[in-house]
Amino acid sequence: MNRSSSPLWELTRARVVEFLREPEAIFWVFIFPVLLAGGLGIAFRNRPAESLRIGVADGPGAAALAARLDSFPALRAFPMTPAEAADELRTGKLALVVVPGDSVTYVFDPTRSEGQLARRVVDDALQRAAGRADPRVVSERHLTEPGSRYIDFLIPGLLGLNLMGSGMWGIGFNIVQARRKRLLKRLLATPMRKSHYLLSYGLSRFVFMILEVAALVGFGWVVFDVRVHGSIFDLLIVSVVGALAFAGLGLLTASRAQTVEGVSGIMNFVMLPMWIFSGVFFSYARFPDALQPLIQTLPLTPLLDALRSVMIDGAPLSANLARLAVVAAWGVASFGAAVKIFRWN
Amino acid sequence: MNGIVEVAVRCQGLEKRYGDVVAVDGLDLEVYAGECFGLLGPNGAGKTTTVEILEGLLQPDAGELEILGTHWGTDDRALRQRLGVQLQETQLAEKLTVEETLRLFRSFFDRGRSIDEVLRIVELEEKRAAWVSRLSGGQQQRLAVACALVSEPELLFLDEPTTGLDPQSRRGLWDLVLDFKASGRTVLLTTHYMEEAERLCDRVAIVDRGRVIALGTPGELISRLGGEHVVEFALANDDPAVDNWLRHVEGVQDVRREREGIFLTVREVHRTVPALLSALRRHDVELTSFTTHHASLEDVFVSLTGRHLRDE
Repeated sequence: MNRSSSPLWELTRARVVEFLREPEAIFWVFIFPVLLAGGLGIAFRNRPAESLRIGVADGPGAAALAARLDSFPALRAFPMTPAEAADELRTGKLALVVVPGDSVTYVFDPTRSEGQLARRVVDDALQRAAGRADPRVVSERHLTEPGSRYIDFLIPGLLGLNLMGSGMWGIGFNIVQARRKRLLKRLLATPMRKSHYLLSYGLSRFVFMILEVAALVGFGWVVFDVRVHGSIFDLLIVSVVGALAFAGLGLLTASRAQTVEGVSGIMNFVMLPMWIFSGVFFSYARFPDALQPLIQTLPLTPLLDALRSVMIDGAPLSANLARLAVVAAWGVASFGAAVKIFRWN
Repeated sequence: MNGIVEVAVRCQGLEKRYGDVVAVDGLDLEVYAGECFGLLGPNGAGKTTTVEILEGLLQPDAGELEILGTHWGTDDRALRQRLGVQLQETQLAEKLTVEETLRLFRSFFDRGRSIDEVLRIVELEEKRAAWVSRLSGGQQQRLAVACALVSEPELLFLDEPTTGLDPQSRRGLWDLVLDFKASGRTVLLTTHYMEEAERLCDRVAIVDRGRVIALGTPGELISRLGGEHVVEFALANDDPAVDNWLRHVEGVQDVRREREGIFLTVREVHRTVPALLSALRRHDVELTSFTTHHASLEDVFVSLTGRHLRDE
């Protein structure tokens, strides 16, 4: 009887089947990111008129002052003892405390943007109540359409994070386990091509990548009305490049490790900087300029930029070629290095 | 098959070191095509290292090597097409089924058996849809052998195939090996069970400390002891001085002492035992136990090394 089926197909099939039979893996790859998106999406939802909580410390005219501030829709004012006020301010429940008197005192934390904002709004309210007139007539236009909210920023961030995490963990653990169980050695004793074995990881990542994108983007769309402003096809292309790059990095981190503990340590060491710096949950622009060149060389940073550019700005692939080139370069370099130093025994 | 090969495996002066430890120390072997050849030795004797070098998985530090008329390093993938390998202590992927595992291994080979045929040979037809993790130890071991049989190899390597198995599973595997050999193919197996070597192997090399210390058919090796029976007994008041006269009892070829008692290698039990009993009476020594058995490869190993196969 001749060859029954292609070894690359059988290896890839085995990868996919093994993964699907691992309930924990399914949870971390598909359910966890959706829960995270749901939780963060609710916590940071755009509230229609978010009012600032202001404490008014006991003193002459405190009750009247509190009532006046409370009449502004942007403010909610509560009279309280100075001790209570200090305590609630310290724990972040209040944005600012007003101490009444001949000259009113504002107590707030100037490093909190909420404090800065409260100082301006409260001062504005008090000065206006005291008779200040604004010489200039202004009008406002509010931006609330989808695309500018936190959840719009977050979904592509989580998508990139997931492509990184599942690429690294999914591949790293599996390979180290196969090495520890001497399964790699057993495969080496067959005429299997080593490149087929390594490629099967890339191909299985490709399959799961499509499911991961569908789960997160679908969830964002159904629950939070997060739209993909660019083409879905472009989004998939960016995701493929990302998934394969992190598959390469996963192979590299697992290429010599002998224990699951060992590979976990290496993976956390590799991924932690990207969790923090690459702009998953907030913009990397918050980090000092001196760090920016370093941040830009991490593979997750350009991947997230490209995902957001396609999803939020609706940019075409052609606008993201430089970013994709950086991501792909990481993939090619790490795959090449992994093949060179991979330990089969 | 690429014609008929007279010698399936030949190696000379094989050496392998791990740091200061010498695992294989100048080992020579010749395995003929169509025979079942056994490497018998205790744990740590260098059997596995030797086999893994022959399988092309380890690089020897020195030595000449020829497998099925060719060498590692010329066309390894072509050579691997002709080999079946079962490694010691390989755990196959737990969450694949028996059938999926076999299909995966089968896909690496250009030619071979159908999955159904292999399942029948190893008697795992009923387990075809079971996950590997749900199989018993014996079934997992049969599956490991099945993975080596999917290609219908010319040469089958089995490294301690029955270690840790219950007697029934062990006998099942023996039948498998005997059937394979009956089809005219070559088997090289390692074991530290003398009974296994005696049952399965046409020829046996006894390996100790990385070298072959004896080679021949099981029968030849046993007859080299000078006697084919062993008389085993213990004395109430044992005194090493008794060895002096024991040696001169009619038909005694060899005397050795073990924790369990005194072992005599003898040619003819029916002559030696009466002589021994009367000698004991003459010296006024009392027996506490007395048995006889056919000499085995275990006795050969002990007489060569002074140690047991299953020591350490």
